[in-house]
Amino acid sequence: MRTDQYTGHDYYNMDDLLTDEHKLVRDSARAWIKKEVSPIIEDAFEKGSFPKHLIPGLGEIGAFGPYIPEQYGGPGLDQISYGLLMQELERCDSGLRSTSSVQSSLVMYPIWKYGNEEQRMKYLPKLATGEFVGCFGLTEPDHGSDPGGMTTNFKDKGDHYLLNGAKMWISNSPFADIAVVWAKNEAGRIHGLIVERGMEGFTTPTTHGKWSLRASDTGELVFDNVKVPKANLLPNKSGLGAPLGCLDSARYGIAWGAIGAALDCYDSALRYSKERIQFGRPIAGFQLQQKKLAEMITEITKAQMLTLRLGQLKNEDKATSGQISMAKRNNVDMAIKIAREARQMHGGMGITNEYPIMRHMMNLESVITYEGTHDIHLLITGLDITGENAFK
Amino acid sequence: MNILVCISKSPDTTSKIAFTDGGTKFDENGVQFIVNPYDEWYALVKALELKEAIGGKVTVISVGDASNDPIIRKSLAVGADEAVRVDAADTDALFVAQQIANYAKEHDYNIILTGKETINYNGGQLGGMIAELVGLPYVAMATKLDLVGDLATIEREIQGGSEVLEINGGFVLSAAKGMAEQRIPNMRGIMAARSKPLNVIPPSGGESHTSVVNYELPPAKAQCKYIDAENAGELIALLHSEAKVI
Repeated sequence: MRTDQYTGHDYYNMDDLLTDEHKLVRDSARAWIKKEVSPIIEDAFEKGSFPKHLIPGLGEIGAFGPYIPEQYGGPGLDQISYGLLMQELERCDSGLRSTSSVQSSLVMYPIWKYGNEEQRMKYLPKLATGEFVGCFGLTEPDHGSDPGGMTTNFKDKGDHYLLNGAKMWISNSPFADIAVVWAKNEAGRIHGLIVERGMEGFTTPTTHGKWSLRASDTGELVFDNVKVPKANLLPNKSGLGAPLGCLDSARYGIAWGAIGAALDCYDSALRYSKERIQFGRPIAGFQLQQKKLAEMITEITKAQMLTLRLGQLKNEDKATSGQISMAKRNNVDMAIKIAREARQMHGGMGITNEYPIMRHMMNLESVITYEGTHDIHLLITGLDITGENAFK
Repeated sequence: MNILVCISKSPDTTSKIAFTDGGTKFDENGVQFIVNPYDEWYALVKALELKEAIGGKVTVISVGDASNDPIIRKSLAVGADEAVRVDAADTDALFVAQQIANYAKEHDYNIILTGKETINYNGGQLGGMIAELVGLPYVAMATKLDLVGDLATIEREIQGGSEVLEINGGFVLSAAKGMAEQRIPNMRGIMAARSKPLNVIPPSGGESHTSVVNYELPPAKAQCKYIDAENAGELIALLHSEAKVI
């Protein structure tokens, strides 16, 4: 892979709306990624494994629970800093961002919001540094877009719960130390349980053969009569709204992350089009290429404005699930289209790992599917504006 | 051991350079500013290494208006303990040197580090001027610094080799590549920077002796001339008659 020459693109001077700390967080993450991750990401993607040696560094740049308060070992950043971190991570690779999203929004967030003080103190500081890595079990083999139909369940056995079932498409599962697992109790109510590696009957088989997010480890969670201590139940929220609250936080991060992937494709296409000479001049001078580039920066700029506003709403605790769905859906769709156009602009070189485009393109096929598919998000918006539920 | 590190604001290397006011002022519109890399990567990081080895305090000082605060905060995030900003326009090197020297004398700093130059104006004058004003020896463009007690051993590159110098006592040094390695601020540093002191002080005396008459961009690159690979004769003729290099 070539040297990472990426520079940010800010057509509408969005930086003027950011604080100095936002920019310091973003630029430090970018510098760390260029130094530590860019040189090895193509190799990790080809090998199909998450580069675990990066975990302490990810903790150091604040990528694990950026908004978790300092008292629990987090940096206590705002939602815009969280978004900018996700943007920088996904600018490099969606798999890298996925690992961070899962740790932050799907593991640390529920422990922080739905856990008790003892659980927070036990897990959050170690998750913030990366000493512990977590994963999140919601999706099941037969329940993807319909998580409420889950069959994973637990029974009260007096001094412990007995957990049975299986989860799949779980990022980080093959090496995670803990899993936040959503399962139904005997009354059919969904609760979150913290399951630790090493508990008898708990296994995490790896999912092989992915053509996407290859630099992120994915697997299953299998529970065969796992005895879970009662102290591991998240006590402060239950019902489907609890895991959906985590997804809102993760989807918000994805909305920012997708901008990062789009920016990287645009940046590469812009540079390539200025350097590539055909018919005696740079291809950037041809109208069809300019149309592609102009449309890319227009769509990126619109996504930046939408997402920054969403970040402001998140900071004020006013962002709705519908608003988050709209941003996730719009931005991932924008990024995947830009990746495809950018691939065309790179000609044959665009299919090699000399450039990041094809990797982004393949990664984004997962991003447009997970955390609510492209179509499901449309139905969330549809429900929000019409009041009519089209899911059922 | 208390160390004073001079930091300056410079445009990011990818910035588009333009001038206003009839070519007498740098156009800051849309420009991203960074800590001058020689100040940050070499002078500041070396100061932090010394502090980590032998204890003490690292203070960064910058002369400029509030637009310097982001680069000062970054220096605090990298690891400086405290910061001082002299609230005045950095009109020329002598004025800046006078401000820094006054502060250094008042607060008894006898190790003062700067970068070898700023990447925008390439002046490289500040260290020497400060040294003269505070009455300390000066070593320019140093690539290595070891400190044992009061004895500093300093290495600098010279034509065809290197020179090793010793100084017993205080000194001013300008740092060049090789002195240290860049440190990227981590989250702990960024969080700590929130509460580290940034003291803004008024300028004390000093005057500017130079003023800018004009800035000019380098001439635009000439068009490339493509010559057929088969036509070496034409290439030689053009190198001789047009480019006048052979």
